[in-house]
This record gives sequence, C-alpha cells and structure tokens, in this order.
Amino acid sequence: MASTAVEISGLTKAFGANQVLNGIDLELHKGEVTVLMGANGAGKSTLVKVICGVHPADKGEIRLNGKPLHAATPSEAIRAGIVTVHQSINDGVIPDLDVASNLMLDKLAEPGAGFFLKRREIRAEARKVAASIGLIVDVTRPVGELDLADRQLVAIARAMTHEPELLIMDEPTSSLSAKEAERLFALLERLRDTGVAILYISHRTSDIRRLADRIVCMRDGEIVGRFDQKPLDYEAAVHAMLGHGMTEADLSFKPAGEVVLALERLQITPGAKPINLNINQDEVIAITGLVGSGKSRLAAILFGLEQPVSGEMRLNGAPYAPMSPGQAIAKGVFLCPKDRGSNGILPDHNLTKNITAPFLARYSTGSILNRKAEARAARATIEKLNIVCQSEGDDIGTLSGGNQQKIMVGRWLSEACNLLILDEPFQGVDIKARRDIGDKIHETAKGRATIVMASEMDEVLEIADRIVVLADHAVAGDHDNGDLDLRLVLAQVAGQANNDHTKTASGQ
Amino acid sequence: MTTQDDTKAHAQGDHPAKVAAKRTPVDLAIRYGFLSLMAGLILFFSVASEGFVSPYSAVFIFQSVAITGILALGVTFTLVVDGFDLSIGSTATSALMLSAYVMVVLEMGAVAAVLACLVMGALVGLVNGLLIVKMKVPDLLATLGMMFLLIGLQRIPTEGRSIATGMKMPNGETTVGKFSPDFLWLGRHRFDFFIDNLIPVSVLILLGVAVLCWVFLELTRHGRLMYAIGSNQRAAALAGTNVNRYKILAYMISGVLASVGGILLAARLGRGDLASGNNLLLDSVAAALIGFAVLGAAKPNAFGTAVGALFVGVLLQGLTMMNAPYYTQDFVKGSVLVVALVFTFALTGRRRGSNH
Repeated sequence: MASTAVEISGLTKAFGANQVLNGIDLELHKGEVTVLMGANGAGKSTLVKVICGVHPADKGEIRLNGKPLHAATPSEAIRAGIVTVHQSINDGVIPDLDVASNLMLDKLAEPGAGFFLKRREIRAEARKVAASIGLIVDVTRPVGELDLADRQLVAIARAMTHEPELLIMDEPTSSLSAKEAERLFALLERLRDTGVAILYISHRTSDIRRLADRIVCMRDGEIVGRFDQKPLDYEAAVHAMLGHGMTEADLSFKPAGEVVLALERLQITPGAKPINLNINQDEVIAITGLVGSGKSRLAAILFGLEQPVSGEMRLNGAPYAPMSPGQAIAKGVFLCPKDRGSNGILPDHNLTKNITAPFLARYSTGSILNRKAEARAARATIEKLNIVCQSEGDDIGTLSGGNQQKIMVGRWLSEACNLLILDEPFQGVDIKARRDIGDKIHETAKGRATIVMASEMDEVLEIADRIVVLADHAVAGDHDNGDLDLRLVLAQVAGQANNDHTKTASGQ
Repeated sequence: MTTQDDTKAHAQGDHPAKVAAKRTPVDLAIRYGFLSLMAGLILFFSVASEGFVSPYSAVFIFQSVAITGILALGVTFTLVVDGFDLSIGSTATSALMLSAYVMVVLEMGAVAAVLACLVMGALVGLVNGLLIVKMKVPDLLATLGMMFLLIGLQRIPTEGRSIATGMKMPNGETTVGKFSPDFLWLGRHRFDFFIDNLIPVSVLILLGVAVLCWVFLELTRHGRLMYAIGSNQRAAALAGTNVNRYKILAYMISGVLASVGGILLAARLGRGDLASGNNLLLDSVAAALIGFAVLGAAKPNAFGTAVGALFVGVLLQGLTMMNAPYYTQDFVKGSVLVVALVFTFALTGRRRGSNH
C-alpha cells in the first residue's frame, strides 16, 4: 500500500564474541507506524543504533528511498533524514538553553553556520517549527522549566527541523503521564499522515494499541514475528517476543515448605492494586512481566531500597520493613541485582573481593580481614559455579560476561539466607552459563525461599517451580509450573486479563 | 562431570603461560618503575653530592615531608572513596591559627590546644561530608567552598593579623599567653636513635599515621568497603554498605589528619603565622597522586602516598645540596607529578585496556 522508506537487509552486528544482530531484514513504509517489540537484550537498541549511525554494521545494507545509506556518524544519519528521539528525554534537549536555541541547535552546529548568533532569526524560525507540530510554548523559556511532555515535544520538534524520512522513537512515553502521552500520539499521527515513516519502540500495551499499524518482534537478534493484519494480534506478538520453546529442563516438583515471606495488601505504587503473596521455603518462584510491570520496583522494596505505599511484609512471621540494603542483608534477604555492570561488579577488584564484598564482617576479626578465609570462600564459589578463570586473584574485568554473572550470583550463594532475590540473573549470558546458574539456584534452593525476576518466558519456564505474573504493579496471575496454560500466562503478561487499559498508561 | 574436569584442567593448563605473559617489560616498568627511579635518584645524589648519605640528611628529608605526608595520607582517604578534599591546606592553617589562639589569647595549655584542633578538623570533615552526601554538592565544589570559608574564618578573630605573644588584640588588650613548652615539644624535640637528638617528633607521627592508614585501608574491612565505594558506589550500596557513612568518615579522617599537620606546623613555628602553609594543599595532593604510580597500583593507596611524599623530599633535598636555587622547587615537583600521572594513566590504562 505505502511505498518503502527504509529497507534493511541482512544486517548483522557483533560485539566481540557476542552476536547481537543476526541477519535483520526489515522494511519501513512511508506514512506507517511500525512498532518494534523485544525483551531486554533482544537487540532493539543495537538495531536502532546501527540505523542511526552510532554503530557501524558488520554486514548487511540499509537503503533509504532505494539508495544505499552509509551513515558513519549520527550527524550524517540525521542529514540523510534518519532522526532518533531517545528514551531519556534529557538526551534530546539541553535544559539550560531556551526553547528556540534547542530547536535550532543542529542548525547552529552545522559546519558553515555563522560565527555570531542571530537571535531574532533563530526565534522566528523556532516559532515556525514549534507551530508546525502544535507545540504552543514561549520559545524564550528555558527547556528545563517545561513539563516532561513539552520537553519531549521539543525533542521531537528539533528532530522535525531536519525534515526526516524516518523518525525513530525509543520508548518515548516511559516518563510521560497518560495525558501527556496523548498529546504525543496526536502529534505522531499528524506526522504519519504527512508521510513520515515511524519506528516506535515500546512495551506499553496502550501505546501499541493506539498507534501501531504494524508490529515487528525481535528476539535474540532476529526478527521473529511480523504482524500487519488488522486487527493486530497483540497476544501473538508478545508470544513471539518472549518465546516459549519448551526446554527439557528437569523440574522435579518439591513440596513447598513454610511461608518465608508474606506480602499483605502491599501496594507498591500509588494507585496500584495491592499485592497479597506468600513466598515459601524450598521453592523457586519466577516473577515475570513486561518492562515497567513492577518487577524491579518489587525487588527494590523487598531489599529496602524503596518503600511501599502501604501494606505489610512479614519475614518468618515477624514484621519486615527494611530501610536499607544493609538491614535487608542483616535479616537474611539478599538481592542479586540486574545489570551487573552498573549494579554489581566492582571494577579493578579481583574475584575474591567481588565475591566477599557483602559479607566482610564474616571474614574479619575485629575489623581485620582474614585474607586466607576470603580466598577459600572465593575458591569454593569458583568451584561450585564452574567459573573459568586462572585463580581467585584475577581481576574481574578479565572474565567473560557469563563468568562475571556467575561471580555475581555466586556472591549471594556464598552465604545462607532466608530469601534470595535474583533480578534478571540470566541477563546477557549464553545458554550454557544460563543452565549452570539455573542448576545452582535449584541445587541450593533448599532451606530458603528464592525469587527470580525474569521477563524471558524461556528462562521463566526453565527455572520456576511457581510462576507469578505482574502487570500494572499488581499480581495478574499465579501458576504452578506443572501443566501450565501458557496462553493464559502470556495473556496476563500482556495485560489482557484485565481490560482497564487507561490504567496501563498511567501505571508508570 | 567431565565438562567440569575439562574446564579445570584447561584453566590449570593455561596457568603458567598466562602468568608468564603477565610479566612483560611494560608490566615490570609499571610495577617497579617508580621505585627504581627513586633508588636511582638516591644513588645519583649520594655520588654527586657529598653528605647526602648521612643520618641527618635522611632525617631532614623525612622532616621536610612529614607535614605534607600526613595531609597527603588524609586526602588519600577521600580519593579512595572517589572524592577529593581541597580544604586540607586551609584546615591545616586553621589548626595552626586555632592552636595559637587557644594558647596565646585564651591562655590555655597544650592539651586544650591539640584537642581544639583535632575537634575542629573532625568538624570540618563532617561538614564537608554532609555537604557532599546530604546536600549533593559535588566534592570538588564543596571542599573548594570550605577552603575559602576557612581561609577567611581564620583571619576574623585577629582582624587579619598573625598571633604572637605581646600582640595587640582588636579590643585593645595585649596578649600575654605563650606557646606552652609541651606544645613546642611536638615540633622541636628530637629523640635519640643511636645518635643523640636525631629523630623529630613529627617524623615519628608521620610514620605512625602512615602505618595506621595502611593497615586501615589494606587490612580492614572498612578500608575494603571504602575501595568498593570508590570503584562502584551503586554496587557497594547494593552489597549492603552504608555508603554515606563511609564517605563522611573519609572526609573526617582527612580533616583530622589535616589538623594534625597544622598542629605540627604551629609547634615548629612557635607562632600563629597567617602566611605559612601556602603550599600545603598542592604538595600533599601531588604526593597522593604520585602514589598512584607506585607499584603500578593505579589507585590511591597509603604506601604509594608515603613514597610519593618521600620521593619529592629526596628530589628537593638532593637538588638543594647540589645548589639548585629554591625557586626551581615547584617546577621540579610539577614535573614529577606529570611524569607520575603519565605512568599511572597512559601506561597502566593501556595494559588494562589490552586485557579486556
């Protein structure tokens, strides 16, 4: 129906040994909103970065209006007509400058622009641009004073000064309210009607329902589903994105022990439905849900990083309300955080120091550390998790990603605890390391309660004795991983079990 | 099971090869370069300049770096938690003025003067720490502000004059208090050590403080956690570390050690001299940064800081004995610092980079 704006064929990209994009073929049509879905690590952001010139592709071709595009830098891509609005709003605007300067910034940075500022001209042109996208704002105000939606609109308006062929939006609504998002959608629809191709990355049901002409799903660096038949089959798209190739993981069902952690009417964000949930000893519970469903928030509350809105938590029967990670650890609640690079790894520290960091009191007498005891504990962890390294004295940076992740998990397995929470423990590790980590979690699960936060359905099915689905910061489903109705689980993940979609939008 | 054994065998098989690869000339240069340079310098000066090798000369070097060394050890703590303390120099001079004020104007004894200074140092550190941790002021700016504030504050009680016995106070009275002999002992006494009257008190304090700092940073869990904070603050917090408390502690240690430096300076001078201590900040920061290069640590460390301070002392003493003019001193210090920084960041960085 519509003509093709951008055609991508056979695109591959690897970072070191890690193949991130595995032959992407994708067409983006003029006057159409294509929604790109994919779990964390599926390769969405890498694809976007290759298209907009941040990373060069290893192989493959991008054609813009039939002509090959060779954008080596973001500014070349912008000049060619490919414009990206990034997730973090403040990447797209300079808060201290006024609206006019922001809108004209790229013009100012262009080679050959005059030396002196021509304020009046800049303002006049900025007003024109603002008006053209329906942004009603005093262009002399600093952007930092505007509300989030207006800032987002400024970022988009700035993108529009380049008359883009393709507009890429990376989770633009993640920090907007429902009302603010609505203004953005109206603008995007207007842009679409002028013939711009839009690539829209989002997990939000409401966004996708509102905007999508077409859904493309990515998983493990490949496109695994394309949906363009109206009405769009959103459930099938989530299915494709999460994947559920049943694995041959050997799950022997253990009878669950006593209740370790009880959540009673726990409201984790204002306006969310309260959560009632029992976590039992010896049991591995997978908590799953899309990005923004409340998994991270729940983990943060259990570990004392954030406080719930209302409700109670009980640990082994006693009230439990940690105010800091230190208090949580003292009560035997451990969290292995997601994104090890920024939350877990101590760079320039050796393996021993990385493993023993939370438990130094145990390896010291009167504050003086016993290095031999530390090294013994580190060697035990290395042995237990099959970590490939030369010795416990290696710098953590010399290990591969999978082995680094094993160190992070091993750190929290090195001490007994009441409740172990692992937030995305399989993030960025290969299938072998994933199995090793999963096996260890199961082997050691006796005597404690275990929560694994994961969004990939494969991982969930592989690890869980019981599956709890979160959507909109509330429990949407609770299943034993026996004979499981996968369709129902996926429907709950997609937020279709409850039909209150306006809440999805404001749930953030 | 087989896979596990394979992995282990593989890892062990790799061991000798990798260890051999670790000892490339560049690695050796990074590790021992700075220490060899210092040994070479000492050798050179002992040949080139008569009298360089003598107990007195060694003690003189130690004494010349004692105060900057103590301050540098303090700033090392703030560097370890990935912070910085620009206020150490002015904290030291404030302690100098405060001790003089307590003894000369308030006519109190040595113990009161020392205590007042230590408490002031701890308070300055506490305020620095709170500004940084609670008010979220960036470390450089918070301590820069504190530096200014202290430089101004120490002038107010005497309307900008130095403090000495017999001076006129703003209210018209003449001061009659004196520096207590016990206090002056700190700056002027020398212990017998094989030779009579050899080792000054300040040198012993430097050695004691250096050993304590080294033990704290290298051997205790508190030191380990401070390094963890400096390495990845968020990860340290998620491992249950009370990041704020350790950061404040680091600034308090820095403040207290700076005030110790100020006390020793006052005891050596015997008067509350406003103009002294101008170079303290730069010299001690330079010593701590030179310390990065020692043993290829590439991070702040107590041993390196002490060696860094000594290195500068040796160099200046040697040059002085070879009749280099005094005004070349800062240039020499600056050059040493730049060379040390190149050692640390260019060479070590390259090695780390190739490992990844």
